[in-house]
This record gives sequence, C-alpha cells and structure tokens, in this order.
Amino acid sequence: MTDYNAMELMISVASRELENGATVGVGTGAPCAAAMLSQKTSAPDLVILFEAGGLSPELPEMPISVGDSRTVHRAAMAGSMGDTMDYCSRGFVDYTFLGGAQIDMYGNLNSTVIGDHANPKVRFPGSGGANDFASFCWRMMVMTPQDNKRFVEKVDFLTTPGWLEGGDSRAKSGLPLDAGPYKIITDMAVMDFEPDSKRMRVISLHPGYGFADVQDNCGFELIKADELKDTLPPSEDELRILREEVDPYGYVIGRG
Amino acid sequence: MDVIDQGIGPLFTDPDPDKIRAFFRKKNRKMTNKVMNLKTAVETYVHDGDYLAIGGFGANRTPVAACHEIVRQKKKNMGFAGHTATHDMEILSAGEVYDRLDVAYVVGLEARGLSTCSRKYVQSGKVQVTEWTNYALTVRLKAAAMGVPYLPARNMMGTDTFKYSAGKTANCPYTGKKLNLLPALSPDVSFIHVHEADVYGNCRFKGITVADLDLANASKRLIITTERLISNNEIKHDPSSTRIPFHLVDAVCEVPFGAYPGTMPYEYFSDEDHIKTWLTVEKDSDKFKEFLNENIFNCKDHDEYIQLNGGLAKMRLLRSKEFLLDREV
Repeated sequence: MTDYNAMELMISVASRELENGATVGVGTGAPCAAAMLSQKTSAPDLVILFEAGGLSPELPEMPISVGDSRTVHRAAMAGSMGDTMDYCSRGFVDYTFLGGAQIDMYGNLNSTVIGDHANPKVRFPGSGGANDFASFCWRMMVMTPQDNKRFVEKVDFLTTPGWLEGGDSRAKSGLPLDAGPYKIITDMAVMDFEPDSKRMRVISLHPGYGFADVQDNCGFELIKADELKDTLPPSEDELRILREEVDPYGYVIGRG
Repeated sequence: MDVIDQGIGPLFTDPDPDKIRAFFRKKNRKMTNKVMNLKTAVETYVHDGDYLAIGGFGANRTPVAACHEIVRQKKKNMGFAGHTATHDMEILSAGEVYDRLDVAYVVGLEARGLSTCSRKYVQSGKVQVTEWTNYALTVRLKAAAMGVPYLPARNMMGTDTFKYSAGKTANCPYTGKKLNLLPALSPDVSFIHVHEADVYGNCRFKGITVADLDLANASKRLIITTERLISNNEIKHDPSSTRIPFHLVDAVCEVPFGAYPGTMPYEYFSDEDHIKTWLTVEKDSDKFKEFLNENIFNCKDHDEYIQLNGGLAKMRLLRSKEFLLDREV
C-alpha cells in the first residue's frame, strides 16, 4: 500500500462525496483540492463555483484567491459575487466545503474571534462567504483535523450556521429549509449528523483509528453509529492525480 | 413589518434613500473631462471621516495605488467596508486610516495567511467593528444602488454574525417567513480599478465583476483608476462594453499597473514574492516602519513604487504568469 499523509487522506475522502454533475461552492486550499480531485476522477462534470464570481472553471492550478484569474480559467462565466450567492440562495448549489477555528456538535463554525467580540484574544477573518454558503447550499461539509481545540462544546463565536442548537432550531431560525451540515471529514473519521437531535455522529473510521481515538480528540460527546464503516484509504490513482496534477507544489498536501 | 430581532452592532452609514437622492440631485451629470492625477483626486474627494469602499476582491483588480495614496496623505477616522479586504486592508491598516469597520472578510490574505498588521490594528481597541458576510455587503450595496433603504436576504439568521451586525429581522408580508433585512450601504467615496476608461469616466473592465457594478451605483463619489485611457470614440462604437457610465464618476486617474502587487485579470498576475515580503516584514514593527517609508511615504507615486520593485522587467514576468505562458510548448 502506498504511503499517504493526513491531508491527502482527507482530500481523497472528501472528493468522493461529490457526484458527477453536482454543483459545489468552494474556497481556497483543501476544499478546492478536493473539488479538483473529484473533477479529475469520479466527477468530470462537477460544477465549481467561487464566491467572487467564477463559474465552472477548468482549474489549471490551485487558486491563491477565490477571485484570482485561475478561478475563471476556461470557465463558463466570469460573474459577480451576487451571481454566485444568488444561485446558492435560489437552491441551485448542492454542496459547499468549509473550515474554521472551532466546530461544535451541531456543526456550527467559528471563524471570527477567540475570546470576547469587543476585546478579542485573537481576531480571525470573519464570515467571508462562509455564513452565506452554509445558509444556502443544500449540504455543507467540513474538512478539519480532529483535536480538542477545534472540536469544542461551545464555539466562542457562532460565525457560520450548522444545525444551530440541534433538533428543529435551524428550521425555526428563518434559514432556508432542509439545508444544513452533511458530513465532517477529519484525519481520523467521517461524521454525519443524527437525524433527530442533529448531533454529530461517527459513521466511518480511517485506517488505524478506533472510536475511542476520535472521542479522545473531541471536546464533546460523539454519537457512535450502529455500524461503523472502514474508510477506504486513498487509491494509487487518487494519490498520483493529487500529487502530480492537483497540487504539484504541495501547497496544501505539503501541510499534511 | 414588525422587527423581531436586531443586531447590536453600530450602523455606520445612513440608509435613508431620500438623503441619497438629495445628494445625487446636485451631482454633476455633464460629460466633462475628469482626468487628474491620483494625488489630486484623493486630495479633492477623500475627506477625514468619510466612509470608504475599495473595489475588486482583496488583491484582484484592486486599486492598490489609491490605497497607497490615501495612506500617503494620512487620511484618518474613516469608515471602511471590509468586503473581502485583504492586501487593500493591510495597506489601510498600516496607515491606521479607518476607525469603523464593516466586516465581511478581514485581516487575512486568503491562502497566503493572516496579516499581522491588520490583525494588530483590529485588535487594538481603536476600531469599532460590525459583523456581516460577503453576500450581506453585496446585498447592502445592491439596495443602495436601487435607491431603497434595505433588501431582504435569508442568510445570517440564528448566528452571532447576525447578533453582532446592525441587521434586523422581520416576517415577510407575503409568506410569513422570517427574513434578514439588510440596510442599504452608500459609501461616501469609492475607488474602482479598471482596464480602460475615457476622459469622462466611461469604463470597461474584464473578468469577474465582484460587487463593483452595484458599488459604482451606490457610491456618492467614485474615483476610477485605469490601466489605460482610451478615446470616447472607442466607447461610442461599442457601448455594450461599458460597465460603469460616466455620470457616476468624479475623477479618472491613469495608473498603469495600478493593481500591483495584486492581480489584474488579462494583464498581470499577483507578485507573490512582494506580498510575502509584506506579510513577513510587518511582524517586526521597526522594519515595517522602514518598509512603509521606502514603499509608500518616500514614493512620489505608483510609478516610483513599481520602479522600486522590479520595474518593467517584473511586470513582463507577471504578465507571462497571468497568461500561463511558461506552460506553452
């Protein structure tokens, strides 16, 4: 079996979640790598949207910015931020991939501040388009390393909506119905959300990890699915395409 | 419609459309020659305390030369729309130009990492912060462009992003659904960088429009920096290519490579080495002071800044990078 690092594993697993012909709103970094890998393997007709206005590009390399020239390379349209987000708001966009400094058991994300808002310990960029994508896209996914600092009981600031307080709280909030967090992909496991409580649930373990490892690296109690699956490791093909075509300079997979 | 919830953040601009109409009633509509140098444009149209918006997207088709000039002229106490503000914000933070900040995306430079200078300034306690999202600011500009006091959207609800915004929610009179009502945002002064403009301010640009078409309509005063001046005859022969019309524009400044070190689509790619230098040098405040003196305060204009950082040879390299010419076989 070929060796791979945690980032290569997460990107490969994430890429398999996107079916051919689907639409996905992505940012820079790992989410973009997953979408590119998906386009070059199982989903050649995947439509990638960037929040700055790029629609359906053929990415020649990883963009540095979600508004740089690569995001409209051989694209269908160079539109506007309003165009992209209006598509999302109207229900045209199936998936989005997001990240954040903190995530809680309902998939709520913090990318704004650690500490008090008026007097923050650390200021982060804020929502950007993340709150919008998570409000509007049917299925929100997150790729993030599994550790206690990130997986917290309560996020310091709820930047981007997951299932809010669980149960039917999201449906009551005014956000579009039936959209919400779908899968969380870490370096140890894949999680989904238990349908009634909307709490995070481990459904698949990556090679070498047990449920206890995941729970030990999580700041809240996880639900264990009745049948835990074994995650398929990255295939030789996935690794070759990822290393040679998607991220030849190792901008993202070099961080694994 | 009764307000259900409202954010606790301050609203930095007045959404009253009749006040804005009264302003536009007096604005010049004549096709006059508006060409001037950037120094004069900033002296004339940017005032301490104004609310400022910068077009483009972070370091893409961003009027960087204008940001330098605002810092060079030591403008202060401005409001600022942090609408994916990346390298532009880094420059304005270095000059401590603003003290009120509408946040959609700030302090970061996307995949390049976070800016120490922007982060330090926002954390300093000198800046009032109201939270929004990228779409929220787009919609707020759209409302101002339409001349209405707000537009509804379905984002932000249920989150702290809403709680720390200046938004309000209410039930829709048609469907009963709860909506986020986003107040119109009319900046006092905005800068947009374009590929081509005539002397009257008719503008063309290529690539993504981001929020610039609404920004142009929403802004009380608009200054255009352009890679090239073109003749009015050329505009008249192909009016469907005009993206910003003359009557919105107060000043036209010809600034070749005006988005450097950011990307100008179909012209030049970003100078990642120089941007990395910014991100590195700003970690040491003495070195950063020296760097700012060298690159902004002691430069007369953008031409001198370009010369200092590699001149035409560098621009040719970035042009080749923009078109991926090294991949042609």
